[in-house]
Amino acid sequence: MIDLQGYGPRLLEGAMVTIELAVLSLILAVILGLLTASAKLSRNRLIHGIGTLYTTLVRGVPDLVLMMLLFYGGQIGINMLTDQLYYAFDIDIFININAFVAGVITIGLIFGAYMGETFRGAFQAVEEGQMEAARAYGMSPLLAFRRVRFPLMMRHALPGIGNNWMVLLKTTALVSIIGLTDMVRVAAEATKATHEPFLFMIPVAMIYLLIATLSEWGFAKLTKRYNTGFGESSEWNN
Amino acid sequence: MEQLNGWFTDLLSDNTIFTANTLGFYWGGFVTTVQLVFLSLVIGMILAVPLAIGRGSKRRWIKLPIYAYTYVFRGTPLLIQLYLVYYGVVFFEGIQDSIFWVVFKQAFFPALIAFTLNTAAYTTEIFHGAIKNTAKGEIEAARAYGMSRKLMMRRIILPSAFRRALPAYGNEVIFMLHASAVASVVTIMDLTGAAYYVYARFYAPFDAFIFVALIYLCLTFGIMFVFRKLEKRLLAHLRPRGA
Repeated sequence: MIDLQGYGPRLLEGAMVTIELAVLSLILAVILGLLTASAKLSRNRLIHGIGTLYTTLVRGVPDLVLMMLLFYGGQIGINMLTDQLYYAFDIDIFININAFVAGVITIGLIFGAYMGETFRGAFQAVEEGQMEAARAYGMSPLLAFRRVRFPLMMRHALPGIGNNWMVLLKTTALVSIIGLTDMVRVAAEATKATHEPFLFMIPVAMIYLLIATLSEWGFAKLTKRYNTGFGESSEWNN
Repeated sequence: MEQLNGWFTDLLSDNTIFTANTLGFYWGGFVTTVQLVFLSLVIGMILAVPLAIGRGSKRRWIKLPIYAYTYVFRGTPLLIQLYLVYYGVVFFEGIQDSIFWVVFKQAFFPALIAFTLNTAAYTTEIFHGAIKNTAKGEIEAARAYGMSRKLMMRRIILPSAFRRALPAYGNEVIFMLHASAVASVVTIMDLTGAAYYVYARFYAPFDAFIFVALIYLCLTFGIMFVFRKLEKRLLAHLRPRGA
């Protein structure tokens, strides 16, 4: 067995932080993505404009720069806000941004934009006839969305969600730069202390590969499920 | 020039953060980022062409190692690859005594190696996908002309595949530009590094990072514009004919 020089437990803790961060930001990103997609499909020009601005800005700027802006700027921004509250209404509160929460919010915000594009394309790919059929059956709009539009949309969105998830997973490594103790940061600290980069970086890389491989398998299963009823071709060719 | 200088000083006179000094930092960062991204993309592309051809080979001892390479480099974060090269380069026996050490002791070259290996892996997969999707008719036509495999690759498959790969490759270029921001972690003064310096010096996160974000945004739009023009030119034969 390889000797991790006592860094083993901390590396495992870091791996847990990475996984929690990735899953929580994925959830946030999916929610934001659905909101963005509906904004971009909206006929209201203001809402449409806001959605477009959000996706363009976020996709045009590096993740790390956005992360630094929100993380270093977020605290100052909130302090300014609470100061204003204090002067204006005499409400004295102090909010301290926790690095983990900041990480989840930033990554969620970044990938919300990518998810938004994925969902928009997927919603547009659903045939209107399907929704007409649902209405003809007398389904309420909510039921039609849940039973018809959403599952059909997911079939088109799944490959995109899978790609975004893989990129998101790798992006979580960047939180180590702004001070969150994920497994990359533990490995970087261990490397600096022991001068053995391969000993710590290669296991971390292997964990990333393992998570990626497992999620690829999971997405293949999901794709199969959402492709049910779309002909034998999907059964045989995948 | 004198006039321009005067105008510039006037413009910056009542600005405490964006002085000529910090703007110089940003300019230096801009140059470093562009160099790093451009060089890694060019070398990565040169590596990716033979790799993509080999990736589609029927021989398993050629195909599998290339697949393993792209799988590992696409499945792990660039930051880890950068750390591995940056901290790992000294472990090569005798590199510190060789003439290469002059180059390798700066952070720029380890970063260039890491970025090149990373983009080569992505580009290999993009080109491989494009080569695989070559229309059967094109290959049959080439065979009917009696072309050898090499000639067919050079004259038919590769030119046609490169055109089809263009949109995906454009995304990869933008991805690389954004990914290059991690270079600032290993003491390179790229655009993000310059922004971080300005932030730390003046404790002004909004000014420092929003300014750099705008520069990145302009670069991204520039790349998108160039690729859209290129696609229009090179994929003209695939567009439906206008009325």
